[in-house]
Formats: sequence, structure tokens, C-alpha cells
Amino acid sequence: MTTPKIQLIGVKKRFGSKVVLDGIDLTVEPGSSLVIIGGSGTGKSVTIKSILGIIRPDEGTILVDGEDITHINGAARDKVMRKFGMLFQGAALFDSLPVWENVAFGLIQGRGMARAKARDIAIQKLAKVGLTEDVAFLSPSELSGGMQKRVGLARAIAADPEIIFFDEPTTGLDPIMADIINDLIISTVKDVGATALSITHDMVSARKISDKIAMLYGGKIIWQGPTGDIDRSGNPYVEQFIHGKAEGPIKMAVKA
Amino acid sequence: MNFLAYIGRAVMTVLAQLGALAIFTGRALAAIVSPPVYFRLILVQMMRIGYFSLPVVGLTAFFMGGVLALQIYLGGNRFGAEAIVPQVVVLGITRELGPVIAGLMIAGRVAAAIAAEIGTMKVTEQIDALTTLATNPIKYLVAPRIVAAVVSMPLLTLVGDSIGVLGGYIVSVYSLDFNGPAYLKNTADFLHSDDVTSGLIKAAVFGFIVALMGCYNGFNSKGGAQGVGNATTYAVVSSSILILAADYVLTALLFHK
Repeated sequence: MTTPKIQLIGVKKRFGSKVVLDGIDLTVEPGSSLVIIGGSGTGKSVTIKSILGIIRPDEGTILVDGEDITHINGAARDKVMRKFGMLFQGAALFDSLPVWENVAFGLIQGRGMARAKARDIAIQKLAKVGLTEDVAFLSPSELSGGMQKRVGLARAIAADPEIIFFDEPTTGLDPIMADIINDLIISTVKDVGATALSITHDMVSARKISDKIAMLYGGKIIWQGPTGDIDRSGNPYVEQFIHGKAEGPIKMAVKA
Repeated sequence: MNFLAYIGRAVMTVLAQLGALAIFTGRALAAIVSPPVYFRLILVQMMRIGYFSLPVVGLTAFFMGGVLALQIYLGGNRFGAEAIVPQVVVLGITRELGPVIAGLMIAGRVAAAIAAEIGTMKVTEQIDALTTLATNPIKYLVAPRIVAAVVSMPLLTLVGDSIGVLGGYIVSVYSLDFNGPAYLKNTADFLHSDDVTSGLIKAAVFGFIVALMGCYNGFNSKGGAQGVGNATTYAVVSSSILILAADYVLTALLFHK
């Protein structure tokens, strides 16, 4: 049996009295693409941020390539971070830097590459997401939402990461641009041979980019399986979510 | 009982805030002394914090020197001590008003700008993005700003001191009929190097306070536009109060031997 790329064992996190993650167990195999689905506020982002070390879980263990990274810091943390790339929901581009420097940021700051060489790589990566060289010298604020997502994707793959996280990759995009981003995600992940972990509530996107789907509800993984099995899960929560019905076992908290 | 609970909660909140600030300060200091050092970012911040603050610091120092001369003259007039104007102006400016006025101006200009910039980066996940690109946000954002402010503030204050003394000179000579060369001689004879250096030490501390409070409040901003607005307000208010409190402590430490 191969070592899982990412493994979460009993991960718990609470903010104040609010329990967000209540014992998450999750395994992502190397080279696979797992999508976590779930409603807003169910802890999807917290799960990803826990793996990235941006949020520290209260309990549980997170393994990457079999190495316990739950409590590491400093240089050891930086070393693990070099395995990761992430596409943020709002792209999170640095607005003080031109597009190419955004893409090359991890190469220049994280790995100490010379700026000229990093710029060449940045322009190659921009080409991979369908952006031309003249975009490289624009400021992120001059780009449309879809183009910002593409730049964010180019930045995520710039350093050829082993694991790529996608946080709501299609949210806020029109259906055509969403499909283009989905295609780009599939092709870029295959291209670099990476493992992908995405969170979304867009079922069209989830079906398209995943090998496996896991559903998060009430701080736990309540169902997981191959993408093809999602329509015969036999789980009323999953049924309600994938068909987008207001009626069902999931009660949306109207009041926060 | 409710009243006691209220007091308890307030005390706990204050202690938690102080603890968080202390941890943040420790991490910032560690980031400053450990490699890599981002020289390019330090220079960029020195331009923004130091160079672009010259006009506002120069103007306020000029008027402060002028009004100080006028007040000392009017006050001294009551007991025939008008002649003391040059000495009091230079002492007041170099020891006290030069660094404090520069500090408060920087608190308004720079702490607000830092808090707004870092706060916006926080709420748009740009700070999280730095982490995912194997870059320590404290080292990349906080350390260069603190170093730049600590280096820039004494230089700004030195310029402000000179312009403040010039303001006093102009008012004294052109409005109060002082003799120009005698005024300058009295200023120079009376001034000790301690007066200037103590002011510059204060200025460096004020620079540290301004950059630290700007960064700390920016990093802890929550929510959207309103959160960033609050962070900006807290940054300016807290750094202004801390500057005046630190001013008293430093004066006591430096002169009360």
C-alpha cells in the first residue's frame, strides 16, 4: 500500500464555543483529485487552512507524505510549504506587484531564484493558462475576475508543486469561464502530475474535476466515495446537497 | 454579580490583547534579526515612511518653533525674561517637540497607511497567500517596515529639529526684534549634544511604536471594509497614546539620573 499524500486523523478545531471541525478523517492518494463538498460555513476552508498551517487544529494529526506536520514551525514548515500550491477563492493576488511578479513570487522569495529567470518561467506558466506575455506587465487590478483566477492558477503551479489546493475555484465566475477554469485545473494538475484537493459547493465543477468526492457536514465527513457513485450514495444529506433542495435533513442556519 | 463579571471580562480582554501584542512583538523582533533580510523592501519603506513624510514634518516643525518663540517671549515678558527665547526654543524642540511632533505626524500618516494596507491584504487572503508561497508574512511585511521606521524617524527628527529652530529664529528676528547673530550664538552656546541625541533616541522608539502598531492592527483586522477601517483607527489612536506614554518614560530614564 502506498503512503497517502495527505492524511487527516481526528482533526478537531473550535473557535470559541463553536465547534467547526469535529474529528475529520480524510485520506488523499498520490496523483488523485479529491473534492470536498459542503454548505457555506461547514468548515471546508478551515480544513484546507489546517493542512496549510494557517490555522492550527486543537486536536488530531495531519500527515503529508507520512510526515507529521501538525505542529512544525519555521524552516521545517517552509520546507513542507514548498510542496504546496494554492488557488484562493478571490485569487488573492498581490496588488502591489505586476502580474509576472505575482506568478514568480514563490520562485523569487521562497526559493531565491534570480528575477530574470523567474520572469521567463512566469511567462511560460501564464501561457499555460492561456494568457499572453503583455498581460505579464499589467497590474492585477487591471484584470477581470476570470483573468485574475487564471493568474492565481499560474501562481499556484509556478513552482511545480506536488499538491495543489483549490478554494472555490469557480465561485463568482460566469458558467463559461467556470468551465474554462475547470478544464485548466484538470490539464494543469495532470501536467505537473500533482495531487489535488479542492473545496467547492459548485456540483458541476465538483463532478468535473474530481476522482473522489467527500461531503462535510456538522464538522464531520459524512460520506466519501468515487465521483461516479455520488448519485447512488443512499445518503439523504448528500442527496439533498447535490440536488440543491431546500427540503431535507440539512437545516440551514438562517441566523449566524 | 453581573457587575463583577463585567469587570472580569474587561480585564481578561485587556490581558489577552496585551499577550497577543507581546507575542506579535517577539515574532517581529525575531524576524528582524534572522536571515533573509529584504534590503530592497527596507529601502522602499524608507522612501514611503521617511522621505514622503518630510513635507508634513517640516511644516509642523516650522510652525511649532515659531509659536514656541512667541509664547516664551510673551510669557517671559511678565518677569523680564524675554531674552531666554533662543535657549528655550532649542531645548524644547530638540528634547521634546521635535521627536514628539514628528512621531505624532508619522502616527497619523504612516501607522494608518500600514494598517490599511496590511489589513486589506489580510481580508483578501493575500497574507495567507504569502504563507502558501513559502514566505513568512512577518518577515516579508512587518520586519522591513519596522526597520525602515526606526532608521527614518531619527533622520526625520533631525530635519524637523533644524526647521523648528529656524521657525523660532524667523519669528524672533523678524517679529520680536531679536538680533539675528546673537540669537544664533545663544542657541549654539546653550545646546548640548545630549539634548539632540536624547531626542533622536526617542524618535527611534516612536518609529518602532508606529510601525509595530500599524502592522499589529493590520494583521488583526477582521471582516471587510469596516474591519480595515477599525484597524486604521486603532493603529493611529494606540500609537499616538503609546508615543506620549513612552515619551514620559524615556524622559525620566534619560534625564532623571
